[in-house]
Amino acid sequence: MVPSPLVEVRNVSKRYGSLTVTANVSLTVDAGEVLGILGPNGAGKTTLFNIMSGDVAPDAGAVFLAGADITKLPPHERCRRGIGRSYQIAKPFGGLSVYENVLVAALFGGRRSGREANAVCAEVLELTGLMRKANRLAGTLTLLDRKRLEFARALGTGPTVLLLDEIAGGLTDHEAQDVVATVSAIRERGIAVIWIEHVVHALLAVATRVIVLDAGAKIAEGEPHAVINSPQVQRVYMGVDVEVEVGA
Amino acid sequence: MTIAARELRVERWTPASRLGAMLAAAAGVALATFPFWAPSDIMRLVVEFACLLAIAQMWNLLAGYGGLISIGQQAYIGLGGYGLVVLANDAHVNPFFCVPLGGLAAAAFAVPTSRIVFRLAGGYFAVGTWVVAEVYRLVFANIAALGGGSGQSLTALIGIPRDVREAVTYWIAIALMAATTGGVYWLLQSRLGLALTAIRDSETAAESQGVDVARTKFIVYVAAAFGSGCAGALYFLNALRISPDAAFGMSWIPLLFFTVVIGGIGTIEGPIVGTLIYFVMRQFLSDYGSWYLIVLGVVAIVVMIWAPRGIWGLLAARTSWRIFPLAHIVRDPRVDA
Ligand SMILES: Nc1ncnc2c1ncn2[C@@H]1O[C@H](COP(=O)(O)OP(=O)(O)OP(=O)(O)O)[C@@H](O)[C@H]1O
Ligand SMILES: [Mg+2]
Repeated sequence: MVPSPLVEVRNVSKRYGSLTVTANVSLTVDAGEVLGILGPNGAGKTTLFNIMSGDVAPDAGAVFLAGADITKLPPHERCRRGIGRSYQIAKPFGGLSVYENVLVAALFGGRRSGREANAVCAEVLELTGLMRKANRLAGTLTLLDRKRLEFARALGTGPTVLLLDEIAGGLTDHEAQDVVATVSAIRERGIAVIWIEHVVHALLAVATRVIVLDAGAKIAEGEPHAVINSPQVQRVYMGVDVEVEVGA
Repeated sequence: MTIAARELRVERWTPASRLGAMLAAAAGVALATFPFWAPSDIMRLVVEFACLLAIAQMWNLLAGYGGLISIGQQAYIGLGGYGLVVLANDAHVNPFFCVPLGGLAAAAFAVPTSRIVFRLAGGYFAVGTWVVAEVYRLVFANIAALGGGSGQSLTALIGIPRDVREAVTYWIAIALMAATTGGVYWLLQSRLGLALTAIRDSETAAESQGVDVARTKFIVYVAAAFGSGCAGALYFLNALRISPDAAFGMSWIPLLFFTVVIGGIGTIEGPIVGTLIYFVMRQFLSDYGSWYLIVLGVVAIVVMIWAPRGIWGLLAARTSWRIFPLAHIVRDPRVDA
């Protein structure tokens, strides 16, 4: 029923001037998977998302969604086909309320009718803990609530693939656990999740598979704990201010 | 995703805005009685006010919502004006009927023009729109049949009694004011308006949330050309004479900046407030020659520094007044008021 792989990134590369930001990266994700992406700052994680969502055109390689080549499609078209994304640096519609931010996602990305979109908003706001603040102007939200809103909007588009870029950074342990629970719930609905996260213990709590990027290249892939504990990955993270505490 | 949650109750009007709408309707009716008692210089002033307000609303739609900073809207003002003159003088269409036709002419030109200027981003877009307007000015200045550089008079009006001409022109102006402001409001509170407001706040995020940014901007660009074209036709119907310099000149642009930015860019109320302030200042200061322009400039700078969102922006931030409410207000026990 659901095509496999749901998403495929095939040999993509991207350079900015002489800087190679994405070096011949490939990956696949299936429905119901949570793929974790790890890597030090500047490794090219966000760029990989930008290539998948259509914000950035790769110099080489292709992106497939449900078997169709979407490399040339504009971002709004990819969104309508099921790619929902959040931004690491939140980009709220500051002059619109929290409710209206999600409404945009449900109406346009989700192609919902007015009534359906309303119900999608209700569900998503409840799920991300933003319901109480539905009438607040998004521009007045705290940093944490902006991250929640990024999550909510991406969900509001009704994605089959959800791209989450550091939505747990800066959260307390308790809050991070809430995010983990929400991501698990989403996965159980059959949505594929790709999650970039420096908060490794949060990622390890839900990831079914992990890849590690370094200097634009994929240097490791596999079962999360095995990847984290591999000498190569340990070496990349050495001296980097990232908490690699592995709690099973 | 399965839609299990129950719907939220959403309100778009508030008691204050209902009152505002009634007051606006009452003001409209009162304005419509002017031809029966007001002197004609006052009526001419209202027509001018309506033209500037209409163009300001259109420019605000482009710049304040679409992020399309055009410094070439005079292209559509001029095309509307020349549309009127050609259709009325040469094709013998009823001149009053030519006001909406002038708008259509402008919109027709906007479709291919958008294909060119939309290739340009940011500052290049602004310069591109200005270059287009200049091209139109030069083209019309070289058409001998239209009077070339010195233009021509609206001879089609000869034979229409003066009081009829003034009254009908005035009523068209009131209708245009209501239609542009009401039209912008209708557009902004529709789905398209929600998309446009999202684009205003973050183009990248809007695009990645499924908004077809290019299509939305195209619709707005053509709609703004239509409104500006109608206003241009009305302006020259009132002025009785057109020339390429008056039609396609740059002098409209500082006026638009002044009214929209002073009033409050990105709000519907802003252009109304800005246009009112401009006309009040002009009435009181125009006897002082260049001082008038200096004061205008100083006011603009002061407002831009201390109230970057304009006078209406300042008021709106401190109060909850909205004459034209756009918000979806969720009324639910789970939501803070
Ligand atoms: N538009 C751009 N122009 C030039 N360089 C860019 C551009 N976008 C990203 N880069 C560079 O590409 C590299 C990878 O950036 P990217 O944002 O993908 O990293 P990241 O892995 O997401 O990092 P972080 O963990 O800090 O978010 C960085 O060195 C960045 O400076
Ligand atoms: Mg990043």
